[in-house]
Amino acid sequence: MILTGFCSALAAGLLIMLLGYVIVQGWGAINPAFLTQLPRPVGVSGGGVANGIVGSAIVIGLATLMAIPIGGLTGVYLAVYGRGLGAEFIRFLAEVLGGVPSIAVGLFAYTILVQPFSHFSGFSAAFAFTVLMLPLMVRTSEEAIRAVPISIREGALALGLPDYGSIIHVVLPAARPLIITGLLLAIARITGETAPLLFTAFGSQFWEVNPGNPMAVLALQIFTYAISPYDDWHRQAWGGALILIFAVLVLNVAARLAVSRRTKKL
Amino acid sequence: MSRGIDTPPAGLETVAVSRGRMTFGQALADRVFRFALRGATAVFVLIIADLFLQLVRGSWEAIVTFGPKFLITSEWNPVTGKFGALPFIYGTVVSSAIAIIVASAVGILAAVFLAEFAPPVIARPVSFLIELLAAIPSVVFGLWGLFVLAPILATTVDPFLQRAFGFLPIFSGAIYGVGLLTAGLLLALMIVPTVAAISRDLILAVPNELREASYALGATRWETVTRVVLPAARGGIIGACVLALGRALGETIAATMVIGNRPAISVSLFAPSYTLSSVIANEFTEATSSIYLSSLLALGLILFVISIVVNSSARVLMWSMLQRTRAR
Repeated sequence: MILTGFCSALAAGLLIMLLGYVIVQGWGAINPAFLTQLPRPVGVSGGGVANGIVGSAIVIGLATLMAIPIGGLTGVYLAVYGRGLGAEFIRFLAEVLGGVPSIAVGLFAYTILVQPFSHFSGFSAAFAFTVLMLPLMVRTSEEAIRAVPISIREGALALGLPDYGSIIHVVLPAARPLIITGLLLAIARITGETAPLLFTAFGSQFWEVNPGNPMAVLALQIFTYAISPYDDWHRQAWGGALILIFAVLVLNVAARLAVSRRTKKL
Repeated sequence: MSRGIDTPPAGLETVAVSRGRMTFGQALADRVFRFALRGATAVFVLIIADLFLQLVRGSWEAIVTFGPKFLITSEWNPVTGKFGALPFIYGTVVSSAIAIIVASAVGILAAVFLAEFAPPVIARPVSFLIELLAAIPSVVFGLWGLFVLAPILATTVDPFLQRAFGFLPIFSGAIYGVGLLTAGLLLALMIVPTVAAISRDLILAVPNELREASYALGATRWETVTRVVLPAARGGIIGACVLALGRALGETIAATMVIGNRPAISVSLFAPSYTLSSVIANEFTEATSSIYLSSLLALGLILFVISIVVNSSARVLMWSMLQRTRAR
């Protein structure tokens, strides 16, 4: 019993230590200038990751916009018409896609959105992120709709709503908390992804709000600063890491809250 | 579990429109909705198919130039244009092997503690903390690994291992701090939550009758856990470990930051190495020739295939365990 208790304490303790270390190291780097300024050249002190934060928001926003219709509607399809070999195969494909390493997805985005245009872009990064979000979106939206009791849909049909109306106006709103949870978890996942960005968004030193151009993304900036030989950049990497962890933890907690509020209502 | 809902036969909409149950506008909207559903699903399937196809297409030049020998060649020379995947396969396999051995041990024991021994006041927050570990971005793990773990290993743990077990070839050689052992341990930390969370759920799902029967026969708590509960959950736990292995194999950024970036095979665990994903991450934007790029894409294809095989095996293992418990 002591051994097993020790192991859980080890795992939980390492997490606390890691978080604590990031907070301690990163706190010194965070100040209003850090959050609002562009990166400065090496050797010049100061500067910030503002373009990375904005770039992350744009890339993640675009990815979400693309993932919700494709992933959500596929999940609805599987929930409504989901019997038979074809549907099982699609579910299997979703699982397979969930296990694909993110760098392979980045390579895919490179071959179809960067190579043909000879141009790195924020949009290709958003596409890579969309592909990473899809398995989660498909699975959670299907499960969310299946969790709605069939009596609710039957009631809507009995009251005269057409097929599509019963799903759009009655079942989807009932499934909304679970779908939102899945969406928040998917967003949390891609917020921390760095590998695909290396050859899609590529990074930038400047303000860039056009997704057709290379963009700075926070996760990529952290990586670039971390593997550099400069102490000042290391410090900024810790600051960026703190921001990133904070965003991811907020998303995870929000996802849990979305579900718990639903169960409280019931 | 709610059943899927049947579509009405094709003619029913026209009947519904003519009988006034559905207006023409509603029938049209119904058609559009169903088209949207089918369309989205088709896009989804096409994306996955295209992912595989593009990887194959991009690797084609490397495949026809080097053939299957690509997998067993250990030379990686951008200058002469000779490429082989063996050093990276070695680095990936060894670092992931270290990761899964350490993470299985720690994760399963932690799961046992949380599921069997811990009172709820401890079990709930600790489980929550371990699940939160899974949410941390990999670049943050890499940062911590590079600036905290690697120095600690270089100054205390590695020298100790070399003093105590230096006669073993895996603990010989110079110590740099970054290398296979560091990467393996960092990956272990990253996949422990996967093993622990899934194992804990599986252990909790073992029917209580089994435990009660064991106690009735006079077994102690520990004996019950090791001889009854764990064997009952064994298939699923192995599946969870294989799933975690799949995650470790594909992990890019954290591994890149602590692997040492050396495309060569050495027996020592302290030696810098290179994983499939790390070499792609580091060298892709610097690839100057088309054969170089194609070789990197071929590495991506190898990684893709490995991850599919490992993940599918995990699912099969967990599914077959589910079948066995149902048969009881």
